[in-house]
Amino acid sequence: MLAKRIIPCLDVKDGRVVKGINFLNLRDAGDPVEQAAMYSREGADEVVFLDITASHEHRKTMLEVVKRTAEEVFIPFTVGGGIKTLADMEIILRKGADKVSVNTAAVKKPQLIKQGSRKFGNQCIVVAIDAKQKLSAISHKPLAKQWEVYVYGGRNPTGIDVLEWAKKVEQLGAGEILLTSMDRDGTQVGYDLELTKAVSEAVRIPVIASGGAGNLPHLYDGLFQGKADAVLAASIFHYGTYTIGQAKQYLRRRGLAMRR
Amino acid sequence: MIAIIDYKMGNLRSVAKAFELVGAEVEVTAAKTKLRKAKALVLPGVGAFAAGMKNLRALKLIPEITDAVAEGKPFLGICLGMQLLLTESEEHGRHKGLNFIPGKVVRFRSNLKIPHMGWNTIEKIQNKNSVGAALAPARILNGVKDGSYFYFVHSYYVKPKGSNVILAKTEYGQKFACVIGKDNVYGIQFHPEKSSDLGMKILRNFCKMCGEINS
Repeated sequence: MLAKRIIPCLDVKDGRVVKGINFLNLRDAGDPVEQAAMYSREGADEVVFLDITASHEHRKTMLEVVKRTAEEVFIPFTVGGGIKTLADMEIILRKGADKVSVNTAAVKKPQLIKQGSRKFGNQCIVVAIDAKQKLSAISHKPLAKQWEVYVYGGRNPTGIDVLEWAKKVEQLGAGEILLTSMDRDGTQVGYDLELTKAVSEAVRIPVIASGGAGNLPHLYDGLFQGKADAVLAASIFHYGTYTIGQAKQYLRRRGLAMRR
Repeated sequence: MIAIIDYKMGNLRSVAKAFELVGAEVEVTAAKTKLRKAKALVLPGVGAFAAGMKNLRALKLIPEITDAVAEGKPFLGICLGMQLLLTESEEHGRHKGLNFIPGKVVRFRSNLKIPHMGWNTIEKIQNKNSVGAALAPARILNGVKDGSYFYFVHSYYVKPKGSNVILAKTEYGQKFACVIGKDNVYGIQFHPEKSSDLGMKILRNFCKMCGEINS
């Protein structure tokens, strides 16, 4: 039986791991390759690197991280952040990444998803969607089941509906969706389960839930109620609150298939 | 030395590193002299079937690897490399493969999510009519237990003609062949190079079988 996946996410800036709280205040937390290797030993199913400043700065240091990871870590890993062109995708995949994740560039130029999936295979192309619940123009209260796509690290709204966009990226050839709730990211109050479930049910490609996990029941909720295929988490693993092994044991006890 | 065939289909680096980790000497190459010198050939790869065949053709590698297989050189295809071993594929049209193992490559037709992506278990199949003792294909799974998890990423799967080439199956909507072997030719649908310790065990078995490493 296909197992649910636990994916620790490492936000990387200038070749070092940092932790993001609502994408802003950052704290240094070590060497990404070392951390990825540690997570692999603990039983992580995949690792994601997000080069969080790559949209603005040069990215040579990240390529070095990718190369070293491919040499030392033998589980799949995805690299995202600042990927704008087919050439950007190619260089990262050639350095040994298994998948690339595109966000802003995919919104600006959706054909990139199609070209990338044709050239490298659908499974290589992860589309990251940063979603924020829409607010009523009058009352400023959240609108039920309506989310908007944000780009540039969550700074810019696009006016695009998340569910429509999710269906479109699937059509264009995305192999997977990495869905981050902007409202929950860094809050540790749990994933946005309505959002996760709505996207998971709207598409037939795997969905990774992200943003808001603060404890083990949150992971379970994301996978079970949110119907996600995988959960992405940073803080709860990063500072040793829980190990991956503990998380898996917990989820297995609650009846989910997890890799041993 | 084990030659990893460089046909520009990505993911070759991690395969090379994984083989090095289990103690093999590795060359990532498309040079015929090196392919001839190698104890075994490995065809990894991620990407579309037609693109894979096109690249093999453009690099004029097909006669070379066909001869190597005919001479009995161990040959391992991983993921797309496994699918290329079959007769033909229906991925984006109809495309001819290497035909080392008769059969087809077809798309998953279930209501499950595609690609089949992530860690799934395998079930070993015991074949009675096994081939030559020196390279009995089942040895590639020595020490791997039923129910072990491996990392898969694919939307198509192989349907070999004879069930006697199937060494292990995986279930995703239906059961499909995830490890196949016929004489000196092996195919693995999952990624041993991404499957942590158990994946390394399979690569180590392959290296032992072709005499690249001893223990």
